[in-house]
Amino acid sequence: MVKENSRTESGEVEVKEKKIIEINGLTKRYNDFIAVDHITFSVFEGEIFGFLGPNGAGKTTTILMLLGLSEPTEGWAKVLGMDPLKEPLKIKRMTGYLQENMGFYRDLNAFQMLDFIAELNGITGEDKDRRINEALRSVGLLERAKKKIETYSRGMRQRLGIAEILLKAPKLAFLDEPTLGLDPDATNKMLGLIESLSRKNGMTVVLSTHMLDQAQKICDRFGIMINGRMIARGTIEELAGEKFNIDNKTYTLEEVYMKYFKEA
Amino acid sequence: MVSGFKVIVKKELADHLSSYRFLILLLIIIMVSLVLVYMASDSMKEQLQGEKLFKFVFLMLFTSSKVGFSLVEFIAYFGPLIGLMIGFDSINRERNEGTLSKLLAQPIYRDNVINGKYIAGVGVIGLMVVSIIMLITGVGLFEVGVKPGMEEFWRIFIYAIISIIYISLWLAVSILFSTIFRSVATSALASFALWIFFSFFLPFGINALANSIVSSAGLLNYKESLMRVIRIEKILSFTSPMMLYSNATATIIDPLRRSVIPTAMQMGMREQLSIKRFAGPLPLFQSFLIVAPYIFYLVAITIIIFIITYVIFMRQEIRSI
Repeated sequence: MVKENSRTESGEVEVKEKKIIEINGLTKRYNDFIAVDHITFSVFEGEIFGFLGPNGAGKTTTILMLLGLSEPTEGWAKVLGMDPLKEPLKIKRMTGYLQENMGFYRDLNAFQMLDFIAELNGITGEDKDRRINEALRSVGLLERAKKKIETYSRGMRQRLGIAEILLKAPKLAFLDEPTLGLDPDATNKMLGLIESLSRKNGMTVVLSTHMLDQAQKICDRFGIMINGRMIARGTIEELAGEKFNIDNKTYTLEEVYMKYFKEA
Repeated sequence: MVSGFKVIVKKELADHLSSYRFLILLLIIIMVSLVLVYMASDSMKEQLQGEKLFKFVFLMLFTSSKVGFSLVEFIAYFGPLIGLMIGFDSINRERNEGTLSKLLAQPIYRDNVINGKYIAGVGVIGLMVVSIIMLITGVGLFEVGVKPGMEEFWRIFIYAIISIIYISLWLAVSILFSTIFRSVATSALASFALWIFFSFFLPFGINALANSIVSSAGLLNYKESLMRVIRIEKILSFTSPMMLYSNATATIIDPLRRSVIPTAMQMGMREQLSIKRFAGPLPLFQSFLIVAPYIFYLVAITIIIFIITYVIFMRQEIRSI
């Protein structure tokens, strides 16, 4: 915690920023395998936090622990000021989660899927249909809403996932690889959608992605996780500052990331 | 507080009722019920020719048959299939398609999922059992022209409840396997294997099993060894839901029976004859008393299996893949 504050000393405003997620020494062990190894970091209100790292680094496990879906072996976390172990329902009501493999009921159409999600979240009555239609329009799926999800392309499914989050209008969203398997154009659109979600609605976003150059454009801060350990976190300038000469201003996130990756 | 339970039950019911699987099951059941009830009414007409109508003729629609395979027996042997078909992929399919973690990331309690799935399954089973009975009642009224009295109505009602419990037991078994096994094929096979063992292997092999246990115990006179065989068979029958169900419904749907043990086992030919001649139907409450222990036992097994499933499900790790 102290470390986080000292990192943001550069700006007065940043020090006052509210912590949406606070993680301290969080650890997850499966028998003899350590999936998440004593990680400590914070995510501030309204920012887009780029959660980077290779596959199997423990990002998803961390997210599951923050949602109270998985029990940490050690350490603690606070999400929206609450303990995921004690108040998972309250956290899940205010949090959106777009999982890596999407997970849709194939036999439903987009409207039915969102209707189901809305009911699980206690969105009912006239408000429900309006919000569903609005969410579908925002992601450009309104015309295809009555078609079964199994006929959707990968990009459409990913957009439907975003629609789910729009519908819920949470304070915080975990987006686990929303750009996975998308073509460049769809990737750009997806990231644009995510950016506008965050900027317009003031939603805090934890974004896990491998699209580093795009992530560089929209993320405020980053955390790099490798083999279960959080090896670096901060803004791109802070990350680069540790590895490059200050004079060198031409670095990209990709270069910075690879530098950390090779050292790990 | 959002009632996740209700939402899940609603969704599961809608899923079941709109699925081809349900439609096919329903068609099979309707077909078989129709065939069996026509045969039953045929044999009833023959049996009742020239005889005075005795009490509970209506129940014969369920118990008598030309080919020696009545509707009650059919449900005892093949009813479990309904439960297995509904439940064998209920948890693992959602796990494989990633919808389980999506579901659990919503603000609902984890047990809402498993409870909702089970209750929705029981609802579908109830629907099927009731529709079978309605169908038979309708055909019976039309074909045989007997209408059920008040007591027959209650007997059929109790019979329906026991049948729903019995099939729900197998639903619990299949949900248990779909919680344990990741693969849908494995859980289906495991539940079918268990069903075949307890519904066919054990009931048909029970006599041989009891005999071998008794004969290995040493030399006994005929009467003593027969008594032992009967006692061991009775104990063994408690391990098979199919036999429990047959016992639990025996005197309810067939009021002329006085015990769940077949008469041939109890006494000699002459005694049987005299008993039959003077046999009057048991009153409903007496019938119920005879089968009550079996009903409670059936319910207890169902609850235990469900609790095991519940505990396993609640403790399972949610992983991304």
